[in-house]
Amino acid sequence: MSSHLTKADVERIAELARLELSKEEQETFARQLAEILTYAEAVQAVDTTDVPPTTHLLSSHEALRADELRDSLPREDALANAPDAAAEEGFFKVPKVIG
Amino acid sequence: MTISTRTLVEVRDAVADGAATAVDVCTDYLDRIAATDPSLHAFNRVTRERALERAAMLDRSRVADDHRPLLGVPIAVKDNLCTRGVATTASSRALDGFVPPYDATVIARLEDAGAVVVGKTNCDEFAMGSSTENSAFGPTHNPWDLARSPGGSSGGSAAAVSARLVPGALGSDTGGSIRQPAALCGVVGLKPTYGRVSRYGLLAFASSLDQIGPLTLTVRDAALLLEVIAGADPCDATAAPNAVATYADGLDGDLRGIRLGVPSGLLEDGVDADVGRVFDEAVAAFRAAGATIADVALPHASYAIPVYYLIATAEASSNLARYDGVRYGHRASLDPATATLTAMYDRTRSEGFGAEVKRRIMLGTYALSAGYYDAHYLKAQQVRTLIRQDYEAALESVDAVLMPTSPVPAFALGDKVDDPLQMYLLDVFTVSANLAGLPAMSVPAGFTPGRLPVGAQLVGRAFDEAGLLRIADGYERANGWWRESPTL
Repeated sequence: MSSHLTKADVERIAELARLELSKEEQETFARQLAEILTYAEAVQAVDTTDVPPTTHLLSSHEALRADELRDSLPREDALANAPDAAAEEGFFKVPKVIG
Repeated sequence: MTISTRTLVEVRDAVADGAATAVDVCTDYLDRIAATDPSLHAFNRVTRERALERAAMLDRSRVADDHRPLLGVPIAVKDNLCTRGVATTASSRALDGFVPPYDATVIARLEDAGAVVVGKTNCDEFAMGSSTENSAFGPTHNPWDLARSPGGSSGGSAAAVSARLVPGALGSDTGGSIRQPAALCGVVGLKPTYGRVSRYGLLAFASSLDQIGPLTLTVRDAALLLEVIAGADPCDATAAPNAVATYADGLDGDLRGIRLGVPSGLLEDGVDADVGRVFDEAVAAFRAAGATIADVALPHASYAIPVYYLIATAEASSNLARYDGVRYGHRASLDPATATLTAMYDRTRSEGFGAEVKRRIMLGTYALSAGYYDAHYLKAQQVRTLIRQDYEAALESVDAVLMPTSPVPAFALGDKVDDPLQMYLLDVFTVSANLAGLPAMSVPAGFTPGRLPVGAQLVGRAFDEAGLLRIADGYERANGWWRESPTL
Protein backbone atom coordinates (compact mmCIF):
# COMPACT_ATOMS: atom_id res chain seq x y z
CA MET A 1 0.00 0.00 0.00
CA SER A 2 1.05 3.56 -0.45
CA SER A 3 -0.59 6.83 0.40
CA HIS A 4 -0.90 9.55 -2.16
CA LEU A 5 -1.81 13.14 -1.55
CA THR A 6 -2.98 15.37 -4.39
CA LYS A 7 -2.38 19.09 -4.56
CA ALA A 8 -6.08 19.54 -3.75
CA ASP A 9 -5.69 17.35 -0.62
CA VAL A 10 -2.80 19.46 0.62
CA GLU A 11 -4.70 22.69 -0.05
CA ARG A 12 -7.73 21.37 1.84
CA ILE A 13 -5.65 20.29 4.86
CA ALA A 14 -3.80 23.63 4.89
CA GLU A 15 -7.11 25.47 4.88
CA LEU A 16 -8.40 23.39 7.80
CA ALA A 17 -5.12 24.04 9.64
CA ARG A 18 -5.25 27.79 8.87
CA LEU A 19 -1.89 27.75 7.12
CA GLU A 20 -0.97 29.63 3.98
CA LEU A 21 1.58 27.48 2.15
CA SER A 22 3.88 28.47 -0.68
CA LYS A 23 3.82 26.39 -3.83
CA GLU A 24 7.14 24.89 -2.82
CA GLU A 25 5.85 23.98 0.64
CA GLN A 26 2.76 22.39 -0.91
CA GLU A 27 4.91 20.17 -3.11
CA THR A 28 7.34 19.23 -0.34
CA PHE A 29 4.60 18.47 2.18
CA ALA A 30 2.59 16.44 -0.36
CA ARG A 31 5.62 14.20 -0.87
CA GLN A 32 6.73 14.01 2.78
CA LEU A 33 3.25 13.50 4.25
CA ALA A 34 2.57 10.73 1.72
CA GLU A 35 5.82 9.06 2.73
CA ILE A 36 4.98 9.29 6.45
CA LEU A 37 1.40 8.09 5.92
CA THR A 38 2.63 5.16 3.84
CA TYR A 39 4.93 4.19 6.70
CA ALA A 40 2.07 4.66 9.20
CA GLU A 41 -0.11 2.22 7.26
CA ALA A 42 1.70 -0.52 9.19
CA VAL A 43 -0.81 -0.02 12.02
CA GLN A 44 -3.63 -1.18 9.74
CA ALA A 45 -2.21 -4.70 10.00
CA VAL A 46 -2.90 -4.85 13.74
CA ASP A 47 -6.08 -6.67 14.76
CA THR A 48 -7.91 -4.21 17.02
CA THR A 49 -11.25 -6.00 17.15
CA ASP A 50 -12.87 -5.18 20.50
CA VAL A 51 -9.81 -3.18 21.63
CA PRO A 52 -10.91 0.04 23.35
CA PRO A 53 -9.05 3.20 22.35
CA THR A 54 -6.82 4.85 24.95
CA THR A 55 -8.35 8.27 25.44
CA HIS A 56 -7.10 9.00 28.96
CA LEU A 57 -4.16 7.61 30.89
CA LEU A 58 -5.35 8.68 34.32
CA SER A 59 -8.57 7.19 35.59
CA SER A 60 -7.51 7.04 39.22
CA HIS A 61 -8.59 10.45 40.37
CA GLU A 62 -11.30 13.00 39.89
CA ALA A 63 -9.97 16.50 39.67
CA LEU A 64 -12.93 18.37 41.09
CA ARG A 65 -12.75 21.39 43.33
CA ALA A 66 -15.22 23.50 45.24
CA ASP A 67 -16.97 26.05 43.03
CA GLU A 68 -15.50 29.07 44.75
CA LEU A 69 -14.56 32.47 43.43
CA ARG A 70 -10.80 32.87 42.92
CA ASP A 71 -8.49 35.55 41.69
CA SER A 72 -7.64 35.31 38.03
CA LEU A 73 -5.04 36.98 35.84
CA PRO A 74 -5.52 40.76 36.02
CA ARG A 75 -6.94 42.11 32.77
CA GLU A 76 -3.96 44.35 32.06
CA ASP A 77 -1.62 41.34 32.39
CA ALA A 78 -3.78 39.32 30.03
CA LEU A 79 -3.70 42.12 27.47
CA ALA A 80 -0.02 42.99 27.90
CA ASN A 81 1.20 40.48 25.29
CA ALA A 82 -1.39 41.22 22.62
CA PRO A 83 0.00 42.46 19.29
CA ASP A 84 -2.92 44.87 19.18
CA ALA A 85 -5.14 45.69 22.16
CA ALA A 86 -7.28 48.48 23.49
CA ALA A 87 -5.85 48.50 26.99
CA GLU A 88 -8.18 51.25 28.26
CA GLU A 89 -11.36 49.60 27.06
CA GLY A 90 -10.00 46.17 27.91
CA PHE A 91 -10.19 44.16 24.71
CA PHE A 92 -8.09 42.51 22.00
CA LYS A 93 -8.26 44.04 18.53
CA VAL A 94 -8.51 42.03 15.30
CA PRO A 95 -9.14 42.94 11.65
CA LYS A 96 -12.72 43.69 10.73
CA VAL A 97 -14.88 40.54 10.76
CA ILE A 98 -18.15 41.86 9.27
CA GLY A 99 -18.55 44.59 6.70
CA MET B 1 37.27 25.94 44.29
CA THR B 2 36.10 24.45 41.04
CA ILE B 3 32.38 24.44 41.45
CA SER B 4 31.50 23.43 37.94
CA THR B 5 32.71 19.84 38.19
CA ARG B 6 30.33 19.22 41.04
CA THR B 7 27.04 17.45 41.20
CA LEU B 8 23.84 19.24 42.08
CA VAL B 9 23.84 17.71 45.55
CA GLU B 10 27.45 18.84 46.11
CA VAL B 11 26.65 22.39 45.00
CA ARG B 12 23.63 22.48 47.31
CA ASP B 13 25.69 21.15 50.23
CA ALA B 14 28.43 23.73 49.62
CA VAL B 15 25.87 26.53 49.94
CA ALA B 16 23.99 24.91 52.83
CA ASP B 17 27.21 24.34 54.79
CA GLY B 18 28.36 27.91 54.18
CA ALA B 19 31.41 26.79 52.17
CA ALA B 20 30.18 29.00 49.31
CA THR B 21 27.58 31.73 48.96
CA ALA B 22 24.77 31.49 46.45
CA VAL B 23 26.32 34.47 44.65
CA ASP B 24 29.73 32.71 44.41
CA VAL B 25 28.13 29.64 42.92
CA CYS B 26 25.88 31.56 40.56
CA THR B 27 28.75 33.79 39.36
CA ASP B 28 30.93 30.76 38.72
CA TYR B 29 28.32 29.07 36.53
CA LEU B 30 27.32 32.30 34.76
CA ASP B 31 30.96 32.99 33.89
CA ARG B 32 31.29 29.48 32.57
CA ILE B 33 28.15 29.95 30.45
CA ALA B 34 29.50 33.28 29.11
CA ALA B 35 32.80 31.63 28.15
CA THR B 36 31.45 28.40 26.70
CA ASP B 37 27.94 28.90 25.38
CA PRO B 38 28.93 30.86 22.27
CA SER B 39 30.30 27.59 20.85
CA LEU B 40 27.37 25.45 22.09
CA HIS B 41 24.24 27.63 21.86
CA ALA B 42 22.61 25.67 24.65
CA PHE B 43 20.82 28.82 25.82
CA ASN B 44 18.27 31.00 24.07
CA ARG B 45 18.47 33.49 26.94
CA VAL B 46 20.74 33.81 29.97
CA THR B 47 19.10 35.75 32.81
CA ARG B 48 22.33 36.90 34.44
CA GLU B 49 21.06 39.97 36.28
CA ARG B 50 17.94 38.30 37.59
CA ALA B 51 19.89 35.23 38.70
CA LEU B 52 22.51 37.26 40.57
CA GLU B 53 19.80 39.37 42.25
CA ARG B 54 18.04 36.25 43.35
CA ALA B 55 21.26 34.63 44.59
CA ALA B 56 22.09 37.80 46.55
CA MET B 57 18.60 37.75 48.03
CA LEU B 58 19.08 34.11 49.09
CA ASP B 59 22.39 35.03 50.77
CA ARG B 60 20.87 38.09 52.51
CA SER B 61 17.76 36.38 53.81
CA ARG B 62 19.68 33.30 54.82
CA VAL B 63 18.49 31.82 58.09
CA ALA B 64 20.63 29.49 60.16
CA ASP B 65 18.81 26.28 59.45
CA ASP B 66 17.82 26.61 55.82
CA HIS B 67 17.48 23.04 54.62
CA ARG B 68 15.75 23.81 51.37
CA PRO B 69 16.63 21.01 48.94
CA LEU B 70 18.00 23.23 46.12
CA LEU B 71 19.42 26.10 48.14
CA GLY B 72 21.57 28.23 45.84
CA VAL B 73 21.58 25.71 42.98
CA PRO B 74 21.65 27.23 39.46
CA ILE B 75 19.14 25.55 37.16
CA ALA B 76 18.48 25.97 33.43
CA VAL B 77 14.97 25.46 32.07
CA LYS B 78 13.77 24.60 28.61
CA ASP B 79 12.37 27.58 26.75
CA ASN B 80 8.89 26.04 26.55
CA LEU B 81 8.34 26.60 30.29
CA CYS B 82 6.69 29.88 31.21
CA THR B 83 8.81 32.18 33.34
CA ARG B 84 7.15 35.29 34.71
CA GLY B 85 8.75 38.41 33.26
CA VAL B 86 11.27 36.43 31.15
CA ALA B 87 10.65 35.90 27.42
CA THR B 88 9.50 32.36 26.59
CA THR B 89 9.60 31.31 22.94
CA ALA B 90 9.68 27.50 22.59
CA SER B 91 12.32 28.41 19.96
CA SER B 92 9.54 29.70 17.68
CA ARG B 93 9.02 32.99 15.86
CA ALA B 94 5.34 32.50 16.65
CA LEU B 95 6.09 33.61 20.22
CA ASP B 96 8.18 36.64 19.29
CA GLY B 97 7.97 39.12 22.15
CA PHE B 98 5.94 36.88 24.47
CA VAL B 99 6.67 37.55 28.13
CA PRO B 100 4.58 35.26 30.34
CA PRO B 101 2.55 36.93 33.09
CA TYR B 102 2.94 33.84 35.30
CA ASP B 103 5.40 31.10 36.26
CA ALA B 104 4.93 27.46 35.35
CA THR B 105 4.26 25.42 38.50
CA VAL B 106 7.64 23.69 38.15
CA ILE B 107 9.40 27.08 38.08
CA ALA B 108 7.60 28.23 41.22
CA ARG B 109 8.51 24.94 42.92
CA LEU B 110 12.19 25.22 41.93
CA GLU B 111 12.36 28.73 43.37
CA ASP B 112 10.49 27.78 46.54
CA ALA B 113 13.12 25.06 46.99
CA GLY B 114 15.89 27.68 46.80
CA ALA B 115 17.02 27.20 43.18
CA VAL B 116 18.25 30.02 40.96
CA VAL B 117 16.99 29.91 37.36
CA VAL B 118 19.88 31.09 35.18
CA GLY B 119 18.37 30.87 31.70
CA LYS B 120 16.13 29.35 29.07
CA THR B 121 17.52 26.55 26.96
CA ASN B 122 17.26 25.98 23.23
CA CYS B 123 14.99 23.25 21.87
CA ASP B 124 13.26 22.10 18.72
CA GLU B 125 10.40 24.49 17.96
CA PHE B 126 7.49 23.67 20.30
CA ALA B 127 9.49 20.57 21.31
CA MET B 128 8.92 18.99 17.89
CA GLY B 129 12.08 17.23 16.82
CA SER B 130 14.92 14.94 17.85
CA SER B 131 17.94 17.13 17.08
CA THR B 132 17.36 20.73 18.31
CA GLU B 133 17.85 21.76 14.68
CA ASN B 134 14.21 22.85 14.35
CA SER B 135 14.88 25.98 16.39
CA ALA B 136 14.18 29.40 14.95
CA PHE B 137 17.41 30.51 16.63
CA GLY B 138 19.74 27.87 15.17
CA PRO B 139 20.86 24.49 16.49
CA THR B 140 22.59 23.57 19.73
CA HIS B 141 25.95 21.79 19.35
CA ASN B 142 26.85 18.57 21.14
CA PRO B 143 29.60 19.23 23.75
CA TRP B 144 31.27 15.92 22.84
CA ASP B 145 31.61 16.92 19.18
CA LEU B 146 30.52 20.38 18.12
CA ALA B 147 29.74 19.19 14.59
CA ARG B 148 27.07 16.87 15.97
CA SER B 149 23.54 17.31 17.28
CA PRO B 150 22.89 17.09 21.03
CA GLY B 151 19.64 15.25 20.23
CA GLY B 152 16.30 16.81 20.97
CA SER B 153 14.03 18.31 21.62
CA SER B 154 15.54 19.27 25.02
CA GLY B 155 18.99 19.48 23.41
CA GLY B 156 19.89 22.79 25.06
CA SER B 157 19.17 21.44 28.54
CA ALA B 158 21.17 18.24 27.88
CA ALA B 159 24.14 20.13 26.37
CA ALA B 160 24.16 22.62 29.26
CA VAL B 161 24.35 19.87 31.89
CA SER B 162 26.87 17.84 29.89
CA ALA B 163 29.18 20.87 29.52
CA ARG B 164 28.80 21.64 33.25
CA LEU B 165 27.18 25.00 32.52
CA VAL B 166 24.57 24.14 35.15
CA PRO B 167 24.37 21.24 37.63
CA GLY B 168 20.78 20.50 36.58
CA ALA B 169 18.11 21.43 34.07
CA LEU B 170 14.47 20.82 33.24
CA GLY B 171 13.25 19.51 29.91
CA SER B 172 10.00 18.17 28.54
CA ASP B 173 9.45 14.74 27.03
CA THR B 174 6.61 13.94 24.63
CA GLY B 175 8.28 11.07 22.72
CA GLY B 176 11.80 10.96 24.14
CA SER B 177 12.73 14.64 24.27
CA ILE B 178 14.43 14.38 27.68
CA ARG B 179 15.89 10.86 27.40
CA GLN B 180 17.31 10.94 23.86
CA PRO B 181 19.33 14.18 24.26
CA ALA B 182 20.43 12.96 27.71
CA ALA B 183 21.77 9.80 26.04
CA LEU B 184 23.46 11.68 23.19
CA CYS B 185 25.11 14.14 25.61
CA GLY B 186 26.08 11.60 28.30
CA VAL B 187 23.83 12.78 31.15
CA VAL B 188 20.91 11.41 33.18
CA GLY B 189 17.40 12.23 31.91
CA LEU B 190 14.13 11.23 33.55
CA LYS B 191 10.63 11.31 32.08
CA PRO B 192 8.27 10.84 35.00
CA THR B 193 4.97 8.94 34.91
CA TYR B 194 2.19 10.74 33.06
CA GLY B 195 0.55 12.85 35.77
CA ARG B 196 3.53 12.88 38.15
CA VAL B 197 4.52 16.50 37.40
CA SER B 198 2.19 19.44 36.78
CA ARG B 199 2.24 20.81 33.23
CA TYR B 200 0.76 24.18 34.21
CA GLY B 201 2.84 26.71 32.30
CA LEU B 202 4.34 24.17 29.87
CA LEU B 203 3.56 25.23 26.30
CA ALA B 204 1.46 22.24 25.26
CA PHE B 205 2.53 19.98 22.38
CA ALA B 206 0.63 16.68 22.81
CA SER B 207 -1.35 16.72 26.03
CA SER B 208 -1.80 12.97 26.47
CA LEU B 209 1.98 12.47 26.24
CA ASP B 210 3.83 15.58 27.54
CA GLN B 211 5.74 15.38 30.84
CA ILE B 212 8.33 17.67 32.43
CA GLY B 213 11.42 16.10 33.99
CA PRO B 214 15.02 16.63 35.12
CA LEU B 215 18.37 16.34 33.32
CA THR B 216 21.35 16.00 35.66
CA LEU B 217 24.81 14.48 36.00
CA THR B 218 23.79 11.80 38.50
CA VAL B 219 20.77 9.71 39.38
CA ARG B 220 20.71 11.15 42.90
CA ASP B 221 20.53 14.67 41.45
CA ALA B 222 17.60 13.63 39.25
CA ALA B 223 15.86 12.12 42.29
CA LEU B 224 16.23 15.36 44.19
CA LEU B 225 14.94 17.52 41.34
CA LEU B 226 11.97 15.21 40.77
CA GLU B 227 11.11 15.36 44.46
CA VAL B 228 10.89 19.15 44.21
CA ILE B 229 8.80 19.40 41.03
CA ALA B 230 6.43 16.41 41.47
CA GLY B 231 2.98 16.37 42.98
CA ALA B 232 -0.64 17.49 42.66
CA ASP B 233 -1.42 21.01 41.50
CA PRO B 234 -4.77 22.82 41.62
CA CYS B 235 -3.79 24.48 38.31
CA ASP B 236 -3.44 21.15 36.43
CA ALA B 237 -6.24 18.60 36.61
CA THR B 238 -3.95 15.97 35.07
CA ALA B 239 -1.39 16.23 37.90
CA ALA B 240 -2.06 13.15 40.01
CA PRO B 241 -2.56 13.30 43.78
CA ASN B 242 -0.33 10.24 44.46
CA ALA B 243 2.07 10.89 47.33
CA VAL B 244 5.55 12.08 46.32
CA ALA B 245 8.29 9.89 47.79
CA THR B 246 11.58 11.20 49.15
CA TYR B 247 13.23 9.64 46.12
CA ALA B 248 16.83 10.46 47.01
CA ASP B 249 16.52 8.70 50.38
CA GLY B 250 15.67 5.36 48.78
CA LEU B 251 18.91 5.04 46.82
CA ASP B 252 20.74 2.22 48.52
CA GLY B 253 22.74 0.89 45.59
CA ASP B 254 21.47 -2.64 46.04
CA LEU B 255 20.52 -4.42 42.82
CA ARG B 256 20.29 -7.90 44.28
CA GLY B 257 16.94 -9.46 43.47
CA ILE B 258 16.12 -6.82 40.83
CA ARG B 259 14.68 -8.32 37.65
CA LEU B 260 15.23 -6.54 34.35
CA GLY B 261 13.63 -7.39 31.02
CA VAL B 262 15.37 -6.85 27.70
CA PRO B 263 13.01 -6.80 24.68
CA SER B 264 15.51 -8.56 22.44
CA GLY B 265 12.95 -8.95 19.64
CA LEU B 266 12.69 -5.17 19.39
CA LEU B 267 16.47 -4.76 19.33
CA GLU B 268 17.09 -7.12 16.42
CA ASP B 269 17.02 -4.47 13.73
CA GLY B 270 18.42 -1.03 13.34
CA VAL B 271 20.66 -0.65 16.39
CA ASP B 272 24.04 0.86 15.52
CA ALA B 273 26.81 -1.70 16.14
CA ASP B 274 28.72 0.52 18.59
CA VAL B 275 25.54 1.32 20.53
CA GLY B 276 24.72 -2.40 20.58
CA ARG B 277 28.15 -3.26 22.03
CA VAL B 278 27.90 -0.61 24.75
CA PHE B 279 24.38 -1.76 25.57
CA ASP B 280 25.50 -5.40 25.87
CA GLU B 281 28.21 -4.27 28.30
CA ALA B 282 25.61 -2.36 30.32
CA VAL B 283 23.44 -5.48 30.52
CA ALA B 284 26.48 -7.43 31.76
CA ALA B 285 27.19 -4.70 34.32
CA PHE B 286 23.63 -4.86 35.66
CA ARG B 287 24.03 -8.60 35.98
CA ALA B 288 27.39 -8.22 37.71
CA ALA B 289 25.77 -5.85 40.21
CA GLY B 290 23.24 -8.51 41.17
CA ALA B 291 20.28 -7.99 38.84
CA THR B 292 18.80 -10.87 36.90
CA ILE B 293 18.14 -10.35 33.20
CA ALA B 294 15.24 -11.93 31.36
CA ASP B 295 13.89 -11.63 27.86
CA VAL B 296 10.56 -9.82 27.59
CA ALA B 297 8.19 -9.51 24.67
CA LEU B 298 6.68 -6.19 23.66
CA PRO B 299 4.94 -7.46 20.52
CA HIS B 300 3.28 -4.15 19.61
CA ALA B 301 6.26 -1.89 20.35
CA SER B 302 7.29 -1.99 16.70
CA TYR B 303 4.11 -0.01 15.91
CA ALA B 304 4.95 2.67 18.46
CA ILE B 305 6.38 5.17 15.97
CA PRO B 306 3.40 5.32 13.59
CA VAL B 307 1.00 5.31 16.56
CA TYR B 308 2.94 8.09 18.22
CA TYR B 309 3.19 10.27 15.12
CA LEU B 310 -0.55 9.97 14.42
CA ILE B 311 -1.58 10.76 18.02
CA ALA B 312 1.05 13.40 18.82
CA THR B 313 0.47 15.35 15.61
CA ALA B 314 -3.32 15.19 16.02
CA GLU B 315 -3.02 16.65 19.51
CA ALA B 316 -0.47 19.21 18.31
CA SER B 317 -2.74 20.40 15.51
CA SER B 318 -5.36 21.15 18.16
CA ASN B 319 -3.01 22.62 20.80
CA LEU B 320 -1.24 24.92 18.35
CA ALA B 321 -4.52 26.40 17.09
CA ARG B 322 -4.07 29.00 19.83
CA TYR B 323 -1.20 30.71 17.98
CA ASP B 324 -3.39 32.98 15.90
CA GLY B 325 -1.85 36.42 16.42
CA VAL B 326 -4.66 37.71 18.64
CA ARG B 327 -3.59 37.38 22.27
CA TYR B 328 0.20 37.01 22.21
CA GLY B 329 3.18 36.42 19.98
CA HIS B 330 3.71 37.23 16.34
CA ARG B 331 1.04 38.88 14.18
CA ALA B 332 1.47 39.34 10.44
CA SER B 333 1.35 42.90 9.11
CA LEU B 334 -1.52 43.27 6.68
CA ASP B 335 -3.05 46.27 5.03
CA PRO B 336 -5.75 47.32 7.55
CA ALA B 337 -8.03 48.51 4.75
CA THR B 338 -8.33 45.09 3.16
CA ALA B 339 -7.27 42.64 5.91
CA THR B 340 -9.72 39.97 6.98
CA LEU B 341 -9.58 37.98 10.19
CA THR B 342 -8.92 34.67 8.45
CA ALA B 343 -6.21 36.19 6.24
CA MET B 344 -4.56 37.50 9.40
CA TYR B 345 -4.72 34.03 11.01
CA ASP B 346 -3.34 32.27 7.93
CA ARG B 347 -0.49 34.71 7.33
CA THR B 348 0.44 34.95 11.03
CA ARG B 349 0.70 31.17 11.42
CA SER B 350 2.59 30.72 8.17
CA GLU B 351 5.15 33.33 9.15
CA GLY B 352 5.41 32.16 12.76
CA PHE B 353 5.82 28.39 12.41
CA GLY B 354 8.87 26.62 11.00
CA ALA B 355 8.75 23.71 8.54
CA GLU B 356 8.59 20.83 11.06
CA VAL B 357 5.77 22.43 13.05
CA LYS B 358 3.78 23.07 9.86
CA ARG B 359 4.42 19.48 8.74
CA ARG B 360 3.12 18.09 12.04
CA ILE B 361 0.10 20.38 12.12
CA MET B 362 -0.72 19.24 8.56
CA LEU B 363 -0.28 15.56 9.45
CA GLY B 364 -2.39 15.89 12.60
CA THR B 365 -5.11 17.86 10.84
CA TYR B 366 -5.25 15.14 8.19
CA ALA B 367 -5.42 12.34 10.80
CA LEU B 368 -8.35 14.07 12.50
CA SER B 369 -10.21 15.14 9.37
CA ALA B 370 -13.56 13.74 8.23
CA GLY B 371 -13.12 10.43 6.45
CA TYR B 372 -9.69 9.71 7.95
CA TYR B 373 -10.38 9.90 11.68
CA ASP B 374 -11.34 6.23 12.16
CA ALA B 375 -8.55 4.83 9.98
CA HIS B 376 -5.81 6.94 11.49
CA TYR B 377 -6.53 8.55 14.86
CA LEU B 378 -8.94 5.99 16.30
CA LYS B 379 -6.88 3.06 15.03
CA ALA B 380 -3.75 4.59 16.59
CA GLN B 381 -5.53 4.97 19.93
CA GLN B 382 -6.53 1.29 19.82
CA VAL B 383 -2.98 0.14 19.08
CA ARG B 384 -1.87 2.45 21.90
CA THR B 385 -4.00 0.32 24.24
CA LEU B 386 -2.18 -2.81 23.03
CA ILE B 387 1.23 -1.17 23.58
CA ARG B 388 0.19 -0.27 27.15
CA GLN B 389 -1.03 -3.81 27.78
CA ASP B 390 2.28 -5.25 26.54
CA TYR B 391 4.14 -3.16 29.14
CA GLU B 392 1.65 -4.06 31.89
CA ALA B 393 2.21 -7.75 31.17
CA ALA B 394 6.01 -7.39 30.95
CA LEU B 395 6.21 -5.41 34.19
CA GLU B 396 4.41 -8.18 36.06
CA SER B 397 7.47 -10.41 35.68
CA VAL B 398 10.25 -7.79 35.71
CA ASP B 399 10.89 -4.61 37.72
CA ALA B 400 11.90 -2.57 34.68
CA VAL B 401 12.42 -2.92 30.95
CA LEU B 402 16.00 -2.24 29.82
CA MET B 403 16.94 -1.14 26.31
CA PRO B 404 19.09 1.42 24.51
CA THR B 405 17.72 4.97 24.70
CA SER B 406 18.60 5.78 21.10
CA PRO B 407 19.48 3.38 18.27
CA VAL B 408 22.35 5.67 17.23
CA PRO B 409 24.89 7.93 18.94
CA ALA B 410 24.97 11.68 18.23
CA PHE B 411 24.67 12.31 14.48
CA ALA B 412 26.09 15.16 12.41
CA LEU B 413 24.14 18.41 12.33
CA GLY B 414 22.36 18.64 8.98
CA ASP B 415 22.51 14.89 8.45
CA LYS B 416 18.85 14.01 8.94
CA VAL B 417 16.97 17.27 9.16
CA ASP B 418 15.75 17.15 5.55
CA ASP B 419 14.30 13.66 5.90
CA PRO B 420 11.49 13.81 8.48
CA LEU B 421 10.69 10.09 8.40
CA GLN B 422 14.32 9.10 9.08
CA MET B 423 14.35 11.55 12.00
CA TYR B 424 11.11 10.06 13.39
CA LEU B 425 12.61 6.55 13.31
CA LEU B 426 15.23 7.64 15.86
CA ASP B 427 12.46 7.67 18.49
CA VAL B 428 11.90 3.91 18.21
CA PHE B 429 12.86 3.07 21.82
CA THR B 430 11.50 6.15 23.57
CA VAL B 431 7.96 6.83 22.31
CA SER B 432 6.37 3.71 23.79
CA ALA B 433 6.92 4.90 27.40
CA ASN B 434 4.98 8.08 26.58
CA LEU B 435 2.19 6.11 24.89
CA ALA B 436 1.97 3.84 27.96
CA GLY B 437 2.35 6.78 30.39
CA LEU B 438 5.19 5.03 32.22
CA PRO B 439 8.26 6.54 33.92
CA ALA B 440 11.47 6.09 31.96
CA MET B 441 15.01 7.29 32.30
CA SER B 442 18.27 7.31 30.40
CA VAL B 443 21.55 6.79 32.24
CA PRO B 444 25.05 7.16 30.75
CA ALA B 445 26.27 3.67 29.81
CA GLY B 446 29.61 4.29 28.13
CA PHE B 447 31.11 5.54 24.90
CA THR B 448 31.52 4.50 21.29
CA PRO B 449 35.11 4.05 20.05
CA GLY B 450 34.72 7.60 18.64
CA ARG B 451 34.05 8.96 22.17
CA LEU B 452 30.36 9.61 21.74
CA PRO B 453 28.16 8.88 24.78
CA VAL B 454 25.60 6.05 24.76
CA GLY B 455 22.60 5.85 27.09
CA ALA B 456 20.80 2.87 28.60
CA GLN B 457 17.08 3.30 29.18
CA LEU B 458 14.97 1.88 32.00
CA VAL B 459 11.15 1.87 31.83
CA GLY B 460 9.34 1.18 35.09
CA ARG B 461 5.88 0.84 36.60
CA ALA B 462 3.49 3.79 36.78
CA PHE B 463 4.26 6.09 39.73
CA ASP B 464 7.19 3.89 40.78
CA GLU B 465 9.89 6.47 40.09
CA ALA B 466 11.39 5.40 43.42
CA GLY B 467 12.00 1.88 42.10
CA LEU B 468 13.31 3.16 38.76
CA LEU B 469 15.75 5.59 40.39
CA ARG B 470 16.97 2.92 42.78
CA ILE B 471 17.84 0.61 39.88
CA ALA B 472 19.54 3.39 37.91
CA ASP B 473 21.53 4.44 40.99
CA GLY B 474 22.61 0.86 41.62
CA TYR B 475 24.04 0.73 38.10
CA GLU B 476 25.63 4.18 38.30
CA ARG B 477 27.55 3.39 41.52
CA ALA B 478 29.63 0.78 39.75
CA ASN B 479 29.61 2.54 36.37
CA GLY B 480 30.28 6.23 36.93
CA TRP B 481 30.33 7.28 33.28
CA TRP B 482 28.99 10.70 34.24
CA ARG B 483 32.41 11.52 35.72
CA GLU B 484 33.84 11.83 32.22
CA SER B 485 33.27 15.30 30.88
CA PRO B 486 33.64 16.71 27.37
CA THR B 487 36.69 18.83 26.58
CA LEU B 488 35.64 22.33 25.62
